[in-house]
Amino acid sequence: MKATFVIFRFDPAVDKQPRYQEYAIDVESTDKILDCLNRIRWELDPTLVYRASCSHGICGSDAMVINGHVGLACQKLVRDYKTANNFVIEPLPLFNVIKDLVVDMDPFFEKHRYVRPYLINDEGVPEKERIQSAEEQKVIEPALRCILCASCTSSCPISRANPNYLGPAALLRAFRYINDSRDTATGGRLAQLDNNEGAWGCKTMWWCTDVCPKGIPVTKCIGQIKRAIKQQEKNE
Amino acid sequence: MEHQYDVVVVGAGLSGLRAAIELGEGTRVAVLSKVFATRSHSGAAQGGIGAALGNEEEDNWEWHMFDTVKGSDYLGDQDAIAIMCQDAPKIVYELEHMGVPFNRTPEGKIAQRAFGGHTSNFGKAAVKRACYAADRTGRVILDTLWEKCLQRHVQFFDEFQMLSLIVKDGRCCGLTAYELATGKIHVFNSKAVLLATGGAGKVFKTTSNAMASTGDGMAIAYRAGAPLEDMEFIQFHPTGIYKLGILISEAARGEGGILLNSEGERFMERYAPTIKDLAPRDMVSRCILKEVRAGRGIGGKDYVHLDLTHLGAEVIGQKLVEIIEFAKTYGGVDARKEPIPVQPTCHYMMGGIAADADGHVVLDDKNTPFPGLYAAGECACVSVHGANRLGCNSLLDTLVFGRRSGIEIRKFIHAHGLCTIPDDLEDLEAAKIRYLMEKDGTEKLGPILQEMQTVMMNNVSVFRHKETLDEALQAIRALKERFHDIGVHDKGSCFNRELLDVMELRHMLDLAEVMTLGALHREESRGAHSREDFPERDDQRFLAHTMVRYEEQAEPLLFTKPVNITRFEPKERKY
Repeated sequence: MKATFVIFRFDPAVDKQPRYQEYAIDVESTDKILDCLNRIRWELDPTLVYRASCSHGICGSDAMVINGHVGLACQKLVRDYKTANNFVIEPLPLFNVIKDLVVDMDPFFEKHRYVRPYLINDEGVPEKERIQSAEEQKVIEPALRCILCASCTSSCPISRANPNYLGPAALLRAFRYINDSRDTATGGRLAQLDNNEGAWGCKTMWWCTDVCPKGIPVTKCIGQIKRAIKQQEKNE
Repeated sequence: MEHQYDVVVVGAGLSGLRAAIELGEGTRVAVLSKVFATRSHSGAAQGGIGAALGNEEEDNWEWHMFDTVKGSDYLGDQDAIAIMCQDAPKIVYELEHMGVPFNRTPEGKIAQRAFGGHTSNFGKAAVKRACYAADRTGRVILDTLWEKCLQRHVQFFDEFQMLSLIVKDGRCCGLTAYELATGKIHVFNSKAVLLATGGAGKVFKTTSNAMASTGDGMAIAYRAGAPLEDMEFIQFHPTGIYKLGILISEAARGEGGILLNSEGERFMERYAPTIKDLAPRDMVSRCILKEVRAGRGIGGKDYVHLDLTHLGAEVIGQKLVEIIEFAKTYGGVDARKEPIPVQPTCHYMMGGIAADADGHVVLDDKNTPFPGLYAAGECACVSVHGANRLGCNSLLDTLVFGRRSGIEIRKFIHAHGLCTIPDDLEDLEAAKIRYLMEKDGTEKLGPILQEMQTVMMNNVSVFRHKETLDEALQAIRALKERFHDIGVHDKGSCFNRELLDVMELRHMLDLAEVMTLGALHREESRGAHSREDFPERDDQRFLAHTMVRYEEQAEPLLFTKPVNITRFEPKERKY
């Protein structure tokens, strides 16, 4: 069957303004949106660019706006949309466009680095594994699903309003290490987030949770950080 | 633009990152990757990493070694396999210390599960050896290593495509690269280069591999004079989602899933009475296709069913989360209630750049090193997987040999300085790219790519025959001719994806030729290489590695290298 794709185009070398270009292709209802983009690129217009790699929702490369909603192009199928096979494809909001659907993710990873996204443990290294119960491990499980696709952060209204806000993805990573029973820097990690650029920036608007392609309860995880901060203050 | 580093690591998957960590803070390391680090294909690994920790059941590294040797159909080099299996527990504990969130046993130790070909007591019964983090083991290890590199301030060059290796008087002195965002050429002058560029599944039409798995490192090393080893051995994973090739981890069978034919028969009981559905991948893939050929594919089609419906909510909810989602999203199947349609999918290259257990790229059958050039992970052939890799040995391979390469490179860079390299390299590479961009090509990328993938899938996949291999070789060589007339329509310098596609296609065409040559040469059936015209293994003639070297102005040169057998003499391979 026929489908129409209206795609955001911008090449900084020639375009002063972004433009939209229309492509008509044959699709199957089970095609991924990524398959459609690949077909457009290989058969109609090799100059169209976007990021993609694993093609099954694990590498996190191809988050974009599909018919107004943020999603992974490799995880969304033609049949998922009730728009009579008309598609509008745009780059992730919030970030600067490099070309077409490719955006500059540097600010996103900058914030990721800020939360010290690695295990800190000053207790010395045992010969074998550190013991961690299955229950302790389960606490961080939701955060382990994160693929750093930036869907949440780019959708977050607070991130859009305040460029200094860490955003849901970085806070989720902080959550992962705060709650890892093997990490010994919990106090410092919580103190680092006890401000409006950190956990308190979140106004529980749930957009991050709604768009997460891995079904992570991001807002709840940020809520748990807030509670842990309060608990720590009480204890002091 | 010219850069100077002690070491340039190409590829930011598990081997590359593990090596970068091992090289340490005192070493000037650059990690180049054509995709952002956490997009690397290592992240797609699901099931686990093999190590004889013995946390769930009695186990030891010698059983692991035996399984690996037998799994390799006796083509793996046993000295290297012994190193890998002995290093395995240490490697896994190190990962745990870095923060990898492994699933846990009731005592809080690293949990382990059963996997294909993993046995105790030299093949007596299945054993739980796979250490895992749900079914996203590769992804969480990749994240952990990348974040460790951030902590260490490793210098990353993301979205840089390697163009060529700089070789002077037989030594590797660095490389040239293309920056995708700007179109600029960069020259990296370095004491050593580690290739950790992964596999080449995209040579085939149906594959579990990422779009980036185009074998660039293998092809560039090959053109620089490094021989490729055992390239005819290509693993087809038995359980790709029907038509799509998306991987459903062997962990699904490790946790108790079973394969059924159209008659509802658990057919693996007939082929591998001892370990049944947990037979090695080469065997299970062949068995699925045999069932299909015998008319027992589901609905007469070319797939069978993978049944997980009896596993229960706990196993599915805690251990197989991702694959249940994949089945639902892409196959439209609720795997808790109905079976998943599956068929073999191209998954892994056992072959690669000939290398030794310390990461040295080697030039000949005497293992003479290529000074300054190292390789590890899927792009290398050490060879620990021989003719067929066992599940969970690839993550292990990437980490063990990534780490060992790091150690060896550190020694090398302390004994050697930088080379003086020609100062026109940037101009030379720029001219090559200008030529590609400016010529009026009559051929298009898409059709050549698709024809290559189709020919390789039809003629050089699970079952092979001289006639169809000859046909494939002719077809690939014809495509290589047509490639010369390819044109690049995107003339821009910012994120020119088409130019990258063209480079990748050139790499894949070289590799497709080498794979087919190896398959034609090997007139026997061993591991993943199954010749219908030579159905038996022939140790007399072919207990040897196939080596293929690139020759200017001539056909590739094929020679052999002996297999290192230290302990387990070749036997018939039964499960």
